[in-house]
Amino acid sequence: MTKNPYLPFKAPIINITKQTETDWTYRLACNIDPKWGQFVEVSIPGVGECPISVSDFGPGYIEMTIRRVGKVTKVIHQLDQTDHLFIRGPYGNHFPVPSFEGKHLIIAAGGTGLAPVKSMISHFYRNPELLKNFNVLAGFKSPDDVLFTDAIANWKQQFNVQVTVDNADENSGWSGRVGLITNLIPEIDLAYIENTRVVIVGPPVMMKFAALEFLKRGIAEKNIWVSFERKMCCGLGKCGHCKIDDTYVCLEGPVFNYTKSKKLLD
Amino acid sequence: MLVGYRFSAKEFNALLTELKQKYRVYAPVLLKGKGRFSNSDIVGYGEPNTIEDIVFGHKSYFSAKEIFYPINQTLFYFTADEYSEPKVDPRDIIIFLRSCDIHAVDRLDNIMLKNGSEPDYYYQQLRSKVKFILMDCINSFDNCFCVSMGTNHTENYSASIRVEKGFYLCNVKEDIDGLFSTLGTAMEVQPQFVEKNNILVNLPENLDLDIVAEHEIWQEYGARCISCGRCNTSCPTCSCFTMQDIFYQDNPNCGERRRVWASCQVDGFTDVAGGHSFRREKSQRMRFKVMHKVNDYKKRFGVHMCVGCGRCDDVCPEYISFSRCVNKLALAVQEVNNND
Ligand SMILES: Cc1cc2nc3c(=O)[nH]c(=O)nc-3n(C[C@H](O)[C@H](O)[C@H](O)COP(=O)(O)OP(=O)(O)OC[C@H]3O[C@@H](n4cnc5c(N)ncnc54)[C@H](O)[C@@H]3O)c2cc1C
Ligand code: SF4
Ligand code: SF4
Ligand code: FES
Repeated sequence: MTKNPYLPFKAPIINITKQTETDWTYRLACNIDPKWGQFVEVSIPGVGECPISVSDFGPGYIEMTIRRVGKVTKVIHQLDQTDHLFIRGPYGNHFPVPSFEGKHLIIAAGGTGLAPVKSMISHFYRNPELLKNFNVLAGFKSPDDVLFTDAIANWKQQFNVQVTVDNADENSGWSGRVGLITNLIPEIDLAYIENTRVVIVGPPVMMKFAALEFLKRGIAEKNIWVSFERKMCCGLGKCGHCKIDDTYVCLEGPVFNYTKSKKLLD
Repeated sequence: MLVGYRFSAKEFNALLTELKQKYRVYAPVLLKGKGRFSNSDIVGYGEPNTIEDIVFGHKSYFSAKEIFYPINQTLFYFTADEYSEPKVDPRDIIIFLRSCDIHAVDRLDNIMLKNGSEPDYYYQQLRSKVKFILMDCINSFDNCFCVSMGTNHTENYSASIRVEKGFYLCNVKEDIDGLFSTLGTAMEVQPQFVEKNNILVNLPENLDLDIVAEHEIWQEYGARCISCGRCNTSCPTCSCFTMQDIFYQDNPNCGERRRVWASCQVDGFTDVAGGHSFRREKSQRMRFKVMHKVNDYKKRFGVHMCVGCGRCDDVCPEYISFSRCVNKLALAVQEVNNND
């Protein structure tokens, strides 16, 4: 008999970092070998299971940034550093990172959309010579929602990082940009348009309008990638929740080239 | 020359008794009091004690899939520290079912065994135990359109069965444990298949989703459908499920993870965090279901998913007819193409 892919395994928590009130990053000890943009199924027996992107990884560990929205994520946020989580995976496809080498890469992430691309950003942060040019645009709802502030500060020293928030309270002390992430796109210097690759991850509306903005600037559809979020139960192509047309997001996604994603109609 | 056997009722019951030593045998039986209205009965799958328990003259309300793909299935039990998988009944399974329903199992196999990189562990466990006994279908039932779907014939069975003049006639491809030949009288038997239904379905070819999605035919269904999901639960080819965890009240450290059938027609099927949900409109759900059954499944697996059993029409409380919808779709697509 084949092995049972539904059985999760125990992964001890090494460390918990609070990013915002609702988004916490968990570093787990485990020996899976994820690729940039893949996800795992995380569970707490007795509560349930949910798909979460691997936001960073290295030898012997993975990181996930988990937003508290409901049943499972609420209980995860009650755990402490001596606890463990159960996981299975990694699942899904990943960003074609080697094909970005030598190019101008632009990553536009909205909210928790920064989590699935963080491992890719870290990779290029550690290996800056791999890219010709690198822009990261990140949009959040408010200054309180900004993720990975420490990491962003480090990234800023090496490449172009722009953070914007939809709204900032006068008393928030926010000195950065205010406005939608789409406003940042016309300002990017696109000297090598043929050699520019774009990655967009965020809520559906954000991805749609950001893509249109990049297309306006002359980026070819085939040079744009997006990552989709759909309800998922199995991650294995069986439960049907993530299906759009004849495509299973858990198998052929979550990463899609724009030429394919624009044809996916829910 | 087709090998076969003739059984009297008594002989067939002897065969059943022998089979039941090693197999769980399932067939359409009358489920007393389980009908849609109080005091009404229904035909569903159960374990017959005698051949007389098996209902030959009616279509079963539910399909056979619940036998090897249970409505509610425990994936594992857990305690604070470990898991255990549920024990599987060691007996093999024999199911009496019609040609369309045998094709339907093939449709489930595609998703549960072939989709993705590995077979579904739990489905495979039970499915590998199953043998089919084909029930000949001579006359079409209400709402059937198997001929249009090409599922009225099958070769995929161990034995076939039909009742004729008080005898049970079987064509035998696999003489299960040698029992058919020892208990029956040899004779030539050819299974009979229905060749004509009252309902003909035109399958639209090469659908352009953009055009289909925009089409007004879905509006009518959006207005009528109440999202009850009966069409999905009665369908022998629907395979979607949701996971559920429960813990035991007397010991919250112990519990089980289960999966239960899910339905693309009901609320919540596509909900994601942040209040997003896809296909919120019932019209969009109807479009999704219809396109899955007669278009996009075929793009993936080479055959249509729907096998034309008509159960979804039989059970819809709003009298929504799937076959009529497919015909309307074919017509609508034709009109669009003619106007181009
Ligand atoms: C490929 C992928 C990657 C993801 N990566 C991350 C990540 O890195 N960080 C993060 O915080 N979240 C991520 N999510 C979303 C995360 O899966 C959901 O927030 C989580 O499932 C909610 O589970 P819950 O039990 O806490 O919520 P529930 O109590 O089940 O529900 C609360 C809300 O979440 C929705 N929801 C339920 N199940 C899912 C699901 N499977 N997918 C999406 N929404 C769901 C519900 O509809 C409801 O609106 C990802 C989702 C996918 C599909
Ligand atoms: S869609 Fe309707 S007719 Fe087709 S297989 Fe399912 S229940 Fe039968
Ligand atoms: S059975 Fe009828 S009313 Fe119920 S979900 Fe299906 S189409 Fe809608
Ligand atoms: S998550 Fe179950 S089929 Fe994709």
